[in-house]
Amino acid sequence: MNYLWAFLVGGALCLAGQLLIDLTPLTPARILTGYVAAGVVLSAVGLYGPLADWAGAGASVPLLGFGHLLAKGVQQAVDEQGLVGAFTGGLTAAAGGVAASLVFAILAALLGRSKDQN
Amino acid sequence: MSIRRRDTLLFPDPPAIAAWAAVGGKKEGEGPLGAALDERLADASFAAEGCTSWEDAESRLQQRCIRRCLRKAGVTARQVELAFAGDLQAQCTASAYAMRAMGVPFAGLYGACSTMAEALALAAAFAAAGYSERTLAVTSSHFCAAERQFRTPLNYGGKRTPTAQWTATAAGACLVRPAGAPGVGVASVTFGRVQDYAVRDINNMGAAMMPAAAGTLLACFGALRAAPQDFDAVITGDLGAVGSELLYAQLRKEGFSLDNHLDCGCLLYDRDEQHVKAGGSGAGCSAAALCAYILPQLAAGRWRRVLFVATGALMSQATFLQGQSIPGIAHAVELIAPTGEGRA
Amino acid sequence: MKLDPQSYARMVRRAAPPSALGRDCAWAFAVGGCICLLGEAMRRAYALRFAPDLAGTLTSITLIGLAAAATVPGWYQKLAARAGAGTLVPSTGFANSVASAAIEFKAEGWVTGVGAHIFQIAGPVIAYGTLASWVWGLLYWAMSRGG
Repeated sequence: MNYLWAFLVGGALCLAGQLLIDLTPLTPARILTGYVAAGVVLSAVGLYGPLADWAGAGASVPLLGFGHLLAKGVQQAVDEQGLVGAFTGGLTAAAGGVAASLVFAILAALLGRSKDQN
Repeated sequence: MSIRRRDTLLFPDPPAIAAWAAVGGKKEGEGPLGAALDERLADASFAAEGCTSWEDAESRLQQRCIRRCLRKAGVTARQVELAFAGDLQAQCTASAYAMRAMGVPFAGLYGACSTMAEALALAAAFAAAGYSERTLAVTSSHFCAAERQFRTPLNYGGKRTPTAQWTATAAGACLVRPAGAPGVGVASVTFGRVQDYAVRDINNMGAAMMPAAAGTLLACFGALRAAPQDFDAVITGDLGAVGSELLYAQLRKEGFSLDNHLDCGCLLYDRDEQHVKAGGSGAGCSAAALCAYILPQLAAGRWRRVLFVATGALMSQATFLQGQSIPGIAHAVELIAPTGEGRA
Repeated sequence: MKLDPQSYARMVRRAAPPSALGRDCAWAFAVGGCICLLGEAMRRAYALRFAPDLAGTLTSITLIGLAAAATVPGWYQKLAARAGAGTLVPSTGFANSVASAAIEFKAEGWVTGVGAHIFQIAGPVIAYGTLASWVWGLLYWAMSRGG
């Protein structure tokens, strides 16, 4: 069952993004930035946690999940370290994904070259 | 000599386009005009020649086109007295680096996608005034160089909107000579005025450029005391499908029916098959359509008189991000078939 | 000319062909859903050997690696030309934006090109995500002291 919910929730979050692209003048860059900020807010008000438990990767893989990850990280760090956790928690939680993007991107740049789109 | 009538320069002794050439990439080669291109590049990256950047690739594309044109004219680079050239790259480097290799006197132009008409108009004016015996008018654009400068990295995954246009990987070159030389005649040229009707959508250039095309066409019809029906074809640069529809509507309002209209952006590609959305664009799009289709039609006598109106959108990445609207420009060149012994 | 900006804006809206909304959405839903499904399968597999949090991190690292690998031959771009938000919204889209920028700006050098432009597209996401999390951290801290 969880597989089905991962597919449906993940697909629905992408579909919402497509509606924003097609029906509003928002550019993809703004939509993605909005998604991450919305993920932080939804997580902060306690809505995203249950969704992530329920839909698994369907909630964590879309960029809203990145916002959720940041918010969860900051909360945990504030619990452990107090105010300084507000500074360290977000990026610490996101470090794996950001560093992986960076490392694999450098590898891609070593191996690949810019390609024509014929 | 020329006669000035408002924004239009009339040439009673029309200068002649003595030779022309068009070069295109793979996609352009597969399009409706593919067979008419002088050269179809299988690989527009020029990697086999050791080229490592798209900017350099465009410069090589433009050079290829110039050399083809000169060979067809039987003229050497040394004999060229002036070249008007332009492209879409920042600081017009594709043209500047091509001209570094050619070693001819060079005046760089920027008119975005309208540059071919601008270059041809200036070349004709110089020829008519007796300033230059052999003048080149050249433009190019390269999909990859434009994409990385104006949009996103080439390997980035993005979806195009239906109004977006596809920058052509293409170049066109014309050699213009004074009246008396054989070739397609330039009967008049009209330099357009910048028009801005507050279009801000960077993915709808056709709409941003339409008012400029309409303005220049109206100026032309007024100065030439002509209507669209007096031409075998009225050909706009690259308004694409969306801009063309808007142009018909606007000219109807002005009392003209434009039923012999063609658009270079829709000529160069098959919009149904080639996934170019609203059509082609880029400084090389109208240049290639001119040299692969329009000039050959005139030279063969299938057309007697056409109006070539290339349109350009004059924003930059910075002005766009700063929220400014997109100004457009259009220049018109009236072309006539060769007469008598002047037939090419 | 018989034209003014207000009436022209209306003309342009009418003339613009609409997006193929149904087809766009079907593609976005199906492709986005499949990427998440793949993520879920990985998460389950990793969870057999690792703690849940670690399995989550390993899943996102694997997806990011796959997306970067698909970026090199241009496959990710080809899929995205149809899938739209389906490839944009998942973390694989984030990875594609970083990898494609790195590849593109190699021509301008490793430091001034790749280094300076690598987060050109992903940067705003990191910047405003981090800022939003800081704001939430501050509120959470104030709330936990108050309560």
